[in-house]
Amino acid sequence: MKNNSSMSVFLKGILLENPVFVLVLGTCPTLAVTNSVIGAIGMGLAATAVLVCSNTVISLLRSIIPETVRIPCYIVVIAGFVTIVKMFMQAYLPSIYNLLGVYLDLITVNCIILGRAEMFAGKNTVSKSALDGLGMGIGFTIALLSMATIREILGEGTFAGMSVPFIKDYTIAFFTKAPGGLLVFGILIAVVNVITHGKAPYKKDFACEGCPNAAFCHSSGECANKEENK
Amino acid sequence: MIKNLIIILMSSVLVNNYVLSRFLGICPFLGVSKKLNQATGMGIAVIFVMLMASAVTWPIQYYVLNALGLGYMQNITFILVIAALVQFTEIVLKKFLPALHKSLGVYLPLITTNCAVLGVTINNINDGYTFVESMVSSLGVGLGFLLAMVLFSGVRSRIDETEIPESFKGLPVTLIAASFVSLAFFGFAGIVENLFA
Repeated sequence: MKNNSSMSVFLKGILLENPVFVLVLGTCPTLAVTNSVIGAIGMGLAATAVLVCSNTVISLLRSIIPETVRIPCYIVVIAGFVTIVKMFMQAYLPSIYNLLGVYLDLITVNCIILGRAEMFAGKNTVSKSALDGLGMGIGFTIALLSMATIREILGEGTFAGMSVPFIKDYTIAFFTKAPGGLLVFGILIAVVNVITHGKAPYKKDFACEGCPNAAFCHSSGECANKEENK
Repeated sequence: MIKNLIIILMSSVLVNNYVLSRFLGICPFLGVSKKLNQATGMGIAVIFVMLMASAVTWPIQYYVLNALGLGYMQNITFILVIAALVQFTEIVLKKFLPALHKSLGVYLPLITTNCAVLGVTINNINDGYTFVESMVSSLGVGLGFLLAMVLFSGVRSRIDETEIPESFKGLPVTLIAASFVSLAFFGFAGIVENLFA
């Protein structure tokens, strides 16, 4: 039974509560780094590492952190791990470090990480929180990878730098640029809506609770996620 | 000098618009752009916080972190400074300017974790801007954010009146509309280089 529930904690991040396509968190890096497959994998792994570490530490500290100042505490823990991951990448993976640039720093304010700290790690045991972080991180990586695959193949005719025959001669530069990212993201969310129709949990139950915009949404009922589930 | 500042301003408002071409601050862009008055309020609050954040983080980077060899603490320091600053501003506004607090107050808490604010402070340092340049660049980024929000709230009010396929309702169609607005901003590419030619 325990094994079963741990497994479901891990798996829900990948499918039914996919942070990008279902919870719609962390949109900024999703759009910004997915014009190349390499960048998407680098960002996915960096965010996964931060997510697992911060979930574990926040879960360990959950009885010490006072309720009223929990958000600043979470942010400090997350920023610390982001700095560690950033220095590690600078030393061992300099090409990915240069490719991601400022977006690596911005993992600090990625809503997925703060959202999971708020929604899950602050309330659950250490092992479950680490598993949740891993599941969510892998879900995030898969989402980034699927977007990057579409964008890089259509936009540059390559996959992770290797050229794809035939498509190479008919590339559409639009897809590697900003508008292409928004278009692909919109279509993919629509596709996921069709696939998970009726199965996915209501977004408002998850996305808003940990979303930094929640304070605003609750006061006026203006959340992009809410209106979809009327 | 003035020429240089104008170039920085124009390029951050139009060409390198943070929301539409660098993807920073997408969450409030999608979440709060539904009504024109809210979009304007959020935009003005963001300009305000960006200017203050840059004014505070620039001296911290150069006179505290760099002087002490703590450059690697940039990320942690900046996010804490921004969070504290936003809280502080809210308290001050509430006490002394209740009218302004009423119109901007609701937007302030969500700006803390807005990646555009952290992004602009870090980019100002990375681009090696002087203090004046980084203030101008923050102003430009903020204005660009306001422009994008206001334009997009107009687009969204049109979307509300149209028939949309079931699975595209809500976020997907909003993202696709944002894609076209972003495409329109591509038309500005190149104007800054030729501004003084």
